[in-house]
Amino acid sequence: MPTLKLERLCKRYASHEVIHSIDLEMADREFTVLVGPSGCGKSTTLRMIAGLETVSDGEIYIDGRPVSRLEPKERGLAMVFQDYALYPHMNVAKNMSFALRLEKKPKAEINKKVNEVAEMLGLSNLLHRKPAELSGGQRQRVAMGRALTRDAATFLFDEPLSNLDAKLRGQMRAELALMSQQVQKNMVYVTHDQVEAMTLADRIVVMQDGHIRQQGTPEELFRHPNSKFVAGFIGSPPMNFLKGVISQSGNETAVVGQGYKLSLSPEQAQRVSKQDNQEVILGIRPSDLSYAPDAKAEDALELKVVISEYIGAQSILLASCGDQNISVEIKSDQPVPLQETMKFAVHKGGLHLFDQKTEAAI
Amino acid sequence: MSTQARSFTPYLFMAPAAAVLVVALLYPIAYMIYASFLDWNPSQRIGQATFVGLRNYTSLWSDANFRESFGVTLKFASLVVSIEMILGVGLAMLLDRSIRGMTVLRTIFILPMMIAPIVVGLIWRYMYHPTVGIFNRTLNSLGFESVPWLSDSFWSLTSIIIADIWQWTPFIFILSLAALQSLPRSALEAARIDGASGWQQIVYIKLPLMMPVLIVTLLLRLIDAFKVLEVVLVMTNGGPGLSTEILSLRIARTASEFRELGVAAAMSNYLLILLMILTAIMFTYTRLSEARAARLRQMSEEG
Repeated sequence: MPTLKLERLCKRYASHEVIHSIDLEMADREFTVLVGPSGCGKSTTLRMIAGLETVSDGEIYIDGRPVSRLEPKERGLAMVFQDYALYPHMNVAKNMSFALRLEKKPKAEINKKVNEVAEMLGLSNLLHRKPAELSGGQRQRVAMGRALTRDAATFLFDEPLSNLDAKLRGQMRAELALMSQQVQKNMVYVTHDQVEAMTLADRIVVMQDGHIRQQGTPEELFRHPNSKFVAGFIGSPPMNFLKGVISQSGNETAVVGQGYKLSLSPEQAQRVSKQDNQEVILGIRPSDLSYAPDAKAEDALELKVVISEYIGAQSILLASCGDQNISVEIKSDQPVPLQETMKFAVHKGGLHLFDQKTEAAI
Repeated sequence: MSTQARSFTPYLFMAPAAAVLVVALLYPIAYMIYASFLDWNPSQRIGQATFVGLRNYTSLWSDANFRESFGVTLKFASLVVSIEMILGVGLAMLLDRSIRGMTVLRTIFILPMMIAPIVVGLIWRYMYHPTVGIFNRTLNSLGFESVPWLSDSFWSLTSIIIADIWQWTPFIFILSLAALQSLPRSALEAARIDGASGWQQIVYIKLPLMMPVLIVTLLLRLIDAFKVLEVVLVMTNGGPGLSTEILSLRIARTASEFRELGVAAAMSNYLLILLMILTAIMFTYTRLSEARAARLRQMSEEG
């Protein structure tokens, strides 16, 4: 099974560079998700891997073999497109078998493979339908079926779920996760939806403005974002950011801002020890706060809760800390009085500090 | 305004157009249909002509000249339309890409279509001229013999076919190009990933998807090719012999030279019937494909 490697990969349109020399290695049978806001270059990167866009500079290696000058079909890939890209004039079976028919595989073998995949995806009774006769979810499944029939070593997904409604998207996401476990192939998946990235990925690659900002397991990215951008992008609801200053008194190091003062853990204190009075951005995830009326002042924020959004088991509280807004995610079974100032404890390890200028994690 | 008056309003707006249609189209057609049952000489008033029933229609089929003219028309129409389809679609495939200067190239390609048919006929007549025409001069300077472009029955038909292809390939070209450019890009990309070569993409994806547009284009072009007159009139006037006497030319000559208005009217009606059949096929085709699309949509909504 092949590994996929990008080496100083660049993409320029005329003189405008959109992908700036990215390096990336994807291990065998890994589910890699490229994620980032629109225009970050994730789709362009995927399309370069697929061979649908030319490579301006750098090289793509599949299993150690440079492929950037090869036609898509010579790269041994299968791809699922955002709009499914089914062939409208062919029925489901014909869509799924197109590649095999081009390879002039024996009919019996083609039928066997198509039936096998159709069975797996629950498409068996739709094989004679045209794409226009299918619902969005079914089309999506056919698109995956077409990729699976091919026995390609690497699967590419270009925002495959973004055209589905929210409920169907959740369902297809689960099916996709199940499928990737079953088939055990290399998967490269592009999405702008961090929830998809978190739930599907073995490894997430966060991109912004044509650069890779951070890569790692979902948990690494969630726990230890290396920059304010990654911290704000990964996690839902997004991380809260507060302005603050590092202050040292005696052997206690704290971050102080309008309406709060939180003490730092010894490890964090060590990292900032030379930076007294340095301006920082403090990040706290909404889930790292909890309602705790009798918490110690140096471990808690005093917040005035403005609105409580009930979303089921959890509620999102919108609160103000001084004149900055902050959101808190709590269990719905702890009722919190509105319009009153109360203490919310910050969980251990829940403080993230970022440099005010570079926005890199401290 | 009352509901009744309001429902009348659309008809009021359409009335002028309807009146023009009746005077300029329906009246002449009715007149022509009536005339086709008469033995009518232009020197007579229509009231003086004798009624001969269907004789004009039936006698035409025993008229060898009409049959030949009909045959020439069929041959001309089928040849020009098939060659134009192949060239037009082929050109569209070649020029469906974004390279520098493509817009200029496309504009040049559709120029012939914009020239008045009479002018096209004149241009080609000069180019085909036996001694000073560019074709023969070129052939001679290369050491070949002159070709009797307009004076030999085989070559004259070939010559008018070439001129028509030159003039009308652009029509098919622009419609095919528009069809090509509206194809779903991602389906073509999917085909590339699936391993389809350029040629396989054309055969398995592009052509089948363009088919609805191509069929309508073909029928439109066919209808037009049956009515061609000016270019042939200017270039050969039907000759030599009857080799290029297409139906519309024959009709004009029957009316003006042979002074048989009734026969000319009957011939026109045959042509009209033929064109109406083609038009009906075209409408039926679009109606059917629309109905099919609607049925598919419905099925997809029902899941």
